[in-house]
This record gives sequence, C-alpha cells and structure tokens, in this order.
Amino acid sequence: MAFDETKTEGFKVVGTRPNRPDGIDKVTGRARFGADATAPGMLHGVIVRSPHAHARILKIDTSEAEAMKGVHAVVTRADFATGLTGENWNILENVMAGETALYDGHAVVAIAATSSLAARDAAKAIVVDYEVLPHVTDVDKAMAEGAPVIREGAADKSVPAGLHPNVVRYHESGHGDVETGFAEADLVIEDSFRTEATHQGYIEPHACLAQLGNDGRGEIWCCTQGHWNVQKVCAALLGIETSKLRVTASEIGGGFGGKTAVFIEPVALALSLKANRPVKIVMTRSECFRATGPTSSTSMDVKIGMKKDGTITAAKGVFRLQGGAFPGAPMEFTAMCAFAPYNLANVSQIGFDVMSNRPKQAAYRAPGSPMAAFAVESVIDELCEQLGLDRIETRLKNASKEGTKASFGPTWDRIGLVECLEAAKAHPHYTAPLKPGQGRGISCGFWFNHGGETAVQMALSEDGTVQLSVGTPDIGGSRASMAQMAAEELGIPYENVRTTIADTATLGYNEISHGSRVTYASGLATIEAARDTIRKLCKRAAAKWGIDEEAVSWVDGCAVPSGPNAGDFDPLPIARIAKSMGRTGGPIVGHYEATPEGAGVSFATHIVDAEVDPETGSTRVVRYTVVQDAGKAIHPTYVEGQYQGGAAQGIGWALNEEYIYGADGRLQNAGFLDYRIPVASDLPMIDTVIVEVPNPGHPYGVRGVGETSICPPLAAIANAVSAAAGVRLHELPMSPPRILAALEKQAAG
Amino acid sequence: MRYHTPENFEDASAIAAGADGVTRFLAGGTDVLVQLRSDMVTPDDLIDIKHIAGVHDITPLRDGSWRIGAAVTGAEMSENALLGQAWPGVVEAMDLIGSTQVQGRATLAGNLCNGSPAADSVPAMIAAGATVSVIGPDGSREIAVADVPTGPGKTALKKGEVVTAVNLPPRGHGGGDAYLRFIPRTEMDIAVVGCAVSLTRDGDTITAARVSLGAVAPTALLVEDAAKALIGSALDDAALEALAKAAEAACKPIDDKRGTIRFRTHVAGVLAKRAARIAYDRAGGAK
Ligand SMILES: Cc1cc2nc3c(=O)[nH]c(=O)nc-3n(C[C@H](O)[C@H](O)[C@H](O)COP(=O)(O)OP(=O)(O)OC[C@H]3O[C@@H](n4cnc5c(N)ncnc54)[C@H](O)[C@@H]3O)c2cc1C
Repeated sequence: MAFDETKTEGFKVVGTRPNRPDGIDKVTGRARFGADATAPGMLHGVIVRSPHAHARILKIDTSEAEAMKGVHAVVTRADFATGLTGENWNILENVMAGETALYDGHAVVAIAATSSLAARDAAKAIVVDYEVLPHVTDVDKAMAEGAPVIREGAADKSVPAGLHPNVVRYHESGHGDVETGFAEADLVIEDSFRTEATHQGYIEPHACLAQLGNDGRGEIWCCTQGHWNVQKVCAALLGIETSKLRVTASEIGGGFGGKTAVFIEPVALALSLKANRPVKIVMTRSECFRATGPTSSTSMDVKIGMKKDGTITAAKGVFRLQGGAFPGAPMEFTAMCAFAPYNLANVSQIGFDVMSNRPKQAAYRAPGSPMAAFAVESVIDELCEQLGLDRIETRLKNASKEGTKASFGPTWDRIGLVECLEAAKAHPHYTAPLKPGQGRGISCGFWFNHGGETAVQMALSEDGTVQLSVGTPDIGGSRASMAQMAAEELGIPYENVRTTIADTATLGYNEISHGSRVTYASGLATIEAARDTIRKLCKRAAAKWGIDEEAVSWVDGCAVPSGPNAGDFDPLPIARIAKSMGRTGGPIVGHYEATPEGAGVSFATHIVDAEVDPETGSTRVVRYTVVQDAGKAIHPTYVEGQYQGGAAQGIGWALNEEYIYGADGRLQNAGFLDYRIPVASDLPMIDTVIVEVPNPGHPYGVRGVGETSICPPLAAIANAVSAAAGVRLHELPMSPPRILAALEKQAAG
Repeated sequence: MRYHTPENFEDASAIAAGADGVTRFLAGGTDVLVQLRSDMVTPDDLIDIKHIAGVHDITPLRDGSWRIGAAVTGAEMSENALLGQAWPGVVEAMDLIGSTQVQGRATLAGNLCNGSPAADSVPAMIAAGATVSVIGPDGSREIAVADVPTGPGKTALKKGEVVTAVNLPPRGHGGGDAYLRFIPRTEMDIAVVGCAVSLTRDGDTITAARVSLGAVAPTALLVEDAAKALIGSALDDAALEALAKAAEAACKPIDDKRGTIRFRTHVAGVLAKRAARIAYDRAGGAK
C-alpha cells in the first residue's frame, strides 16, 4: 500500500502526543509482566547450567534431587523432540544441551518443585559429571588454525574451502573495482577495530508460565517480542501441532531484540507435561547474561581511499563476527550496512560468521550495524582529519540519495540521509564552542527496517468506540501509535480506541516485533483495517438511506452522502451506526492481513561531545544530539524516546559495557554491578531532531525508528573521545584503563 | 535459618559465640541480604543488631570526638551538619555507597566488617584515625579501624565479637579530610581505587597527615610514606609528586575485571594528589 500524498496534511491525531494507554497500569504497578502470572497448582522451574565453557556431559544424576520434598519433575534433553533439523535443532540444542555443554551457562537439566526455594535447593543436589574440553571465546582465535572446533560440519555452502570449521557462513558483496579506486585516491587509510559483546540489558528478566497436558494441549504466558514465534518454536521442540498451543504475550519490560528468541518456554512446557501441573520459570539476571543472547563481538578491518576534495574513491571492509556456539552472527547485516550511507563507485565487503564457546547471539537493535559504523566512520573521521576536511560536508559530498546504487546492490528509493546531514549541520550543537579536554564526533548510521507478516482486527462496540487487536507486542509505545492511526482514519477521538495485543488464537500469524516493523507494518494494517471498517460502516448507511454504497463517504467519524446527487441525508455518526448494527447485519469488524514489503530504510546522523580526563582515562558524554529520519512521526514523543534510547544504549556499548571472559572461559561479570550499563547520572540530556522524509511504502510515510538510533553512537562517541584524548581508539568499550593505556602508548612514542 | 533480635550487645555476642554454623550480624543488610539472595552466604544464625538501644545515635562527645552507633545509616550521617563539618571526608565516603535506597540502610560498621578491600568508608575511617568499640565473649575492647580488615572478606574480629560503635577522634583546629574514589561510571559502582587523606595545617604548613588507599591491596592501606611526603610541606608540586610516588609504591593490586594493575597504580597517585588538595583546602577553612 503506497504512500498517500493526500493524507500527509491536515492530520488531526497523528503527530500529536497523547498519553500512552498502558501508562497508568505501568506507573501504578497494575501492569502484568512475565513473572506476574500464577495458576492453581503452579510449580516453579529452575534450570541447572554448565559451569564450563566447553564440556562433554558424562552423567546427570538427579536421584538425590528427585527424592527431595516438593520436587515434581526433572527434564533433560531426552524429554524433547528428536529428529529436528536446521534452526529448530539449533534452538533446541541451545535451550537444553545434548551431549556437550557449549558455553558457560548452557542449560543441562531442569527441575520443577512446589516453591522456587525448593526448586533451587533441589537444583543444587543435581550432580552432573563433565569432561572439560578445550574452549575458545575470542573471534580471531576461534577462526585461527588449531582452535578447538565447536561443532564439526556446522558450516554451510557459502564458506570457501580452507577456512577453520568454526567459520560457518561467509558473505561477499559490492561493486566496481576497489583496487582501481584506491589507486585514484590521494589518501588511503586502513585500520583494524574490535568490539566486545554487549547485552540488550532489558530490565525484565525472561519469565513464563506454561501448561501442557497429556492431551497435548497447552498454554503459555510469557514476556516475548513475538508470541506466534514462541508458539511455532515450542510446538516444534515439543513435537506437537502448532495450534495445540495458545500463547499470550505479557507486558514486556524491554526486549531490544533479546526477546525475539526462545529460551525457557519449551523447558517449562516439558516440565509441565511431566508434572501435569503448570510450571513457571523466571530467569535470574545472571542467567540472562550467561544464557540469553548478547550481541556478537567483532574484529574488523576497514580500508577507505579519498581524494583531497573529500570524494571517496573506494572502500573495503572485512567483518568477523563471533555469534556464540551456533551459526547466525549477523555478519551480512554488518557488511551491508557498513558503507550504506555512501554513494561509492568501488566497494567491497566481506563477512565471516564465527562460532565460539559463548551463548548464542541474539538480535540487539539493528543487529550488526552499529559495529560496522564504528569501524567505517572512524576511518572516515581519520581521513577528514588528515585531509583537513569538514566532517559533515565530506559526508554530504558522498551521501547516498534517491537513485544512487546502494553498496549492497539495490538502487535507493526516496531516503533522508542528506536531510539528516543538513539538519545536523544547521543544529547549533555542530558549531558550539568546546571546552578544553572536550572533543566532538559525528557519525552516520543506517538500518534496513522490515515489514513482515501482519494481521490486525478492528471490532466496533455498540457505542461507537473501537477495539483494535494487533499481534505485535508493544515494546515502544506502539499501542498509542496504533490508536492514533485508527482514530485518524475513523475520525474519532484517540481515547475511543483501545488497542490490545491479541493472543495467538485470536489473529493470524504475526511476525515478531523486530526490524523496527511495528509502527510501519501493524500501523499500515491498522489503517487498512480501519478503511475496511469504514467500508462496512458506509454500507450500513447506504442501506439505511437506500442509496448505492459508492455514494457514501466517510468524513469526521460520520457517513455522509458523497455529493449532492447522492441525496440529502444528515451525517450518520459512527455511534448511531454502531448502536443499530445488531439489527442491520450484525457485528462490524474490519481486518487486514498481509506481508507489507515497503518498509522504508532509515538513516541518522549523531553529534556527540565527550570530555576525557587525561589523568584517569575517565570519559563523560557532555552533549548529545540525535538527528534521524522518521518518515512520519506518528507519536513524536515516542519517536524521540526511541532516538534517546538508542543513544543511551550506544553510550553504554561505547564506554563501559562488555562481556568479560576469564581464562577458564567463564563469564566474569554476569550482573549489573560489573556489566556496566549507564546509570541516569552518566547521561546528558539527549537532544533530538525528527527529520521527516516520507516512506513511499506507507500511507502516512512512516519509517521504522527503533533500531537506526543505535547505529551511529559507537562511532560518533569514538570520534569524540579520540578527538578529546588526542589519540585514536580502535577498540570498544573505551573503558578508562583502555584510554589511559592508549595515552601512555602515545606519550611513549 | 534462625533470626535473632537481641536487645543488648552482650546477648548479641553470646548468640554469636554460641552458634556453630554460619553466623552473620545484620546491620543494614545491604551486603548480607545481597549475599543471601545470590547464594553466596546462607547464614544459619542472623543476628539483627538494630533493636539494641543507642545503635542509631550519633553522639558528639565533650572532648570533640564522635561516637557513631553501629546501625547509623549513611543517610543519617549526611543529615548531621556538625559531623559533616568535623569529618567531611568520612561523611562523603559513606555517602558514596550505593543509591538513595541503600543509603537508608547501609552502615559504617557493616561496610568495615563485610571485609571488602574496596569498601569506600574504610580508607576514610583509617585516614581519620577511627577506632571501633567491640564487645565479645572476653569483654570489650577498642581496635583501630586500620587493624580490622585482614584480607578479602576477613577481619580481626574474633568469634562472638560485635562492633558496638565507630569512634572518630576530635578534629581539632586546622584539620581537614577528603575521600575520592575512581569508578567507571558516576555512581552505583565499586571503587577501582579509593584514596582518603586527612591532614592538619598550621598556616600553610601541613603538621600532621594520614593517607589511606582502598582497592589496591587485599586490605585498605595506611600509607606512612605518603603521609611523610605531605608533613612539613605547603602542598607544593614537589610534595604532591612525592605523595603520588609513595601512593603508587604502596599499591599491591591485582588485574581483574575492574581494572589492571597498571591502571590502579597510576590512578592511586592521581587520586592521592586530588584528595590531598581538597583536604588541604578544607583544613584551611574552605568550604
Ligand atoms: C546497590 C548497592 C550498592 C553498593 N554500593 C557500595 C559502594 O559504592 N561502596 C561500598 O563500599 N559498598 C557498597 N555496597 C555494599 C554495602 O552497601 C556496604 O558495604 C554497606 O556499608 C554495608 O553496611 P550494612 O549495614 O548494610 O551491612 P550488613 O549487610 O548488615 O553487614 C555486612 C557485614 O558486616 C557484618 N556486620 C554488620 N554489622 C556488624 C557489627 N556491628 N559487628 C560486627 N559485624 C557486623 C555482617 O555480619 C556482615 O558480614 C553496595 C551495596 C548495594 C546493595
């Protein structure tokens, strides 16, 4: 459904900032999150996890635990489906180890008891014998000769011969001839970069309540970004039919991509089936760190050639991503996003997906893209510095625009990078004076955005209010945006629409809330469902007036005759049609199902000022401005919230967050004390500028905004810190010891 | 687990002395309960000292010294203006601990007896020359705070001994103290290095000084050489450099997830200089 030029002006509800419908529930504690569910006879499940990075499981002795008071069931891998292949096998192997524990924190056995204390005590009584195997957790070491093999034969056909078996997927893309391009450059810079794995850090740990009876029918209540996916995966892992499970998504305390995966739900189902009781599992924070997906860690080489006037002549990037003990590190996204902001005649990008003894990586906001920007935008910054060029002018000179060829192939449709760069240039932040010890950095960032399978239903109540059911869990205020779009179309007040996240039995398949797709895809479907509802409303009015359906229009919440020829009737408000709908043909329900494919890409430009204490290497981000293309901001406050959230998470990733592994391959900092996400006082007020270059693929021009906001921060902060410290930082996080070491190294010459 | 609420320290001590499992006193509980919840320490006997008379009192004594009850919280210390004037470094060190919520519970005695090498208030108490009053099966005694920690998680307190109060000496004329810590964030973090300086001035000249470092050795250190570098000087650059050198030389840190040996050693010198400047200004009457 294409962008509707006529619909971009004169919005009444879209673009306003009403309170979110879930706000009161959340601030009063009424909202029900994953761990808030209970059921009669409920048991508590606890998972026993491997303390080793890599170990063969020799024996699991549960006899003592099973004899303990209150214990009802124990499950191991033997209690799940067999014969799975592909990603279902990978998920099962991750959810419950088979023959080998592949990382510190890998689930090995689970137990259910009448209280969580009893379950924890019983879990301690389970004895697992391991044969410890050699391990590897570093991406470069994992692909080097002699590295322990995580799983023989895991590589797919894309991998060229001669690479280590831990390299399981390979990507190559680009166009032109980079060697010719480098020869044309006045300056070529090649540099290497590394980033550590970071966790999504959602506040709510994974939690679920599951029930599965001997009749094979079950229910799950869980915090997830996608309950149809939970339904599908759980059915496969338990070996039952999909429709036998009904899954309800709870309120969600953050996801950021980390709740697109399935971890505990199949385990709770298996325990429930054995115990014939509902089973609840709530992860601890430490389990979240050890066993749910962080991002990939990376090792990257980037080479860029530039002319004296700032024209980029060629660019090449090699991106190695470690994605834990399973295939799937999003290296192709890293490669494809790396040079996307720039219009390049010669570009080449290569990606490696590398397995190691770490937890299976999971999506984290624009998976793979922020690291690419860190490497690429650092090199562009160095080139500008050495050639004495303005950083925004240089980016403008090379910027991708409508009609240019993207680094990964397609030709760009209408995009907003130039508009972002111009807005950044015009922002007072860009030219504000800096204090001594401060440095300024800028960066661009890119994310694809996504459409995906979507189904929406809109039911009219007898008083003319509307119940909108969508299938995409609300992870960023989307219920408000949906209600706004519905109200806009129907011509009724925002308050008259109640948006509910429906369960899997209520709507057709809805893809996960990922890919920044919700406001785009569920929004588009909501608009279409509203239009479907309007057609049905107009039909009732036409019948009442005895005129053709085509002769009825919908204006400001009322059916009206289309023109003078249609007849002379008073407007028929939605509430009057609704009141009589039982007698005029029955309930009025609009719906829409599709896989929209016009998700517009989104670009951003960030400006950051950082201050470095040269004596301690301590860094403060003192000013931050996000400029990003939203296409059309339905609810500007929530768009700004996404911009600020991406910047805040980026600040953590850039400065202090990291997975720290000991020599034994165990995670050393599985808690918020030593895994340092920013606290409120670490952050400046993050300023935002919403650029609106409409997406041709959405009726109102909406582009997804949730992920692009985390693409530029790593690079922008690295550029700012490097400027402030007077030394280029190549490795994240830029923690104080690392900055101090870089300063000392520079001082030593 | 048995939970006890004795009404005097003698009973508290007797319960601890008679217990044969894992025993913990419960002051604010901000270490004890966290360790319990995370399966690190599950006490068999938990002896709550908050019901004992006087444990919540901050008492200025006639000679200018202070007696701080074993259950006085960080928030209560920060609210006490006179204490803040006398020992601003001790108060600011305690105030750095945790969040507003933690401040409503955490105590000096708990911070000390938990035995963490990175405990924030301990270097400040050592620099101040603080002591603790202790009651045990063998009667009562007074121990210098500097002598209480003996290693990570270990103290010189004997079985059954309980701290009844922390004693700060009279501040006297021309005195000032300060505590600084390095953390990667701005709050809610554990000291990678901590440094406290307490000194006395006669005019511009430093006549007495005590310097203590935290998180750079198995216990907080009293660094005599660092104090010597200050005494007799007017905190000129040479004295500051000598202070930094002495502080660095005293460090015996480890490489761990929170910082490297090199980083900790270097930052110890930096913080010593910065803390000395603040203490010097405070001793000179600057606010
Ligand atoms: C979120 C958070 C942040 C924190 N931040 C910091 C920080 O920044 N810096 C820092 O140093 N610490 C920090 N801590 C740790 C803790 O808050 C402090 O160590 C605090 O001072 C402990 O005091 P408490 O009264 O709560 O001790 P408790 O937990 O009650 O006791 C601690 C230990 O001392 C023993 N004990 C207590 N009272 C006595 C007594 N009278 N006699 C003998 N033994 C006794 C107990 O048996 C126990 O072993 C933090 C803790 C949390 C939860």
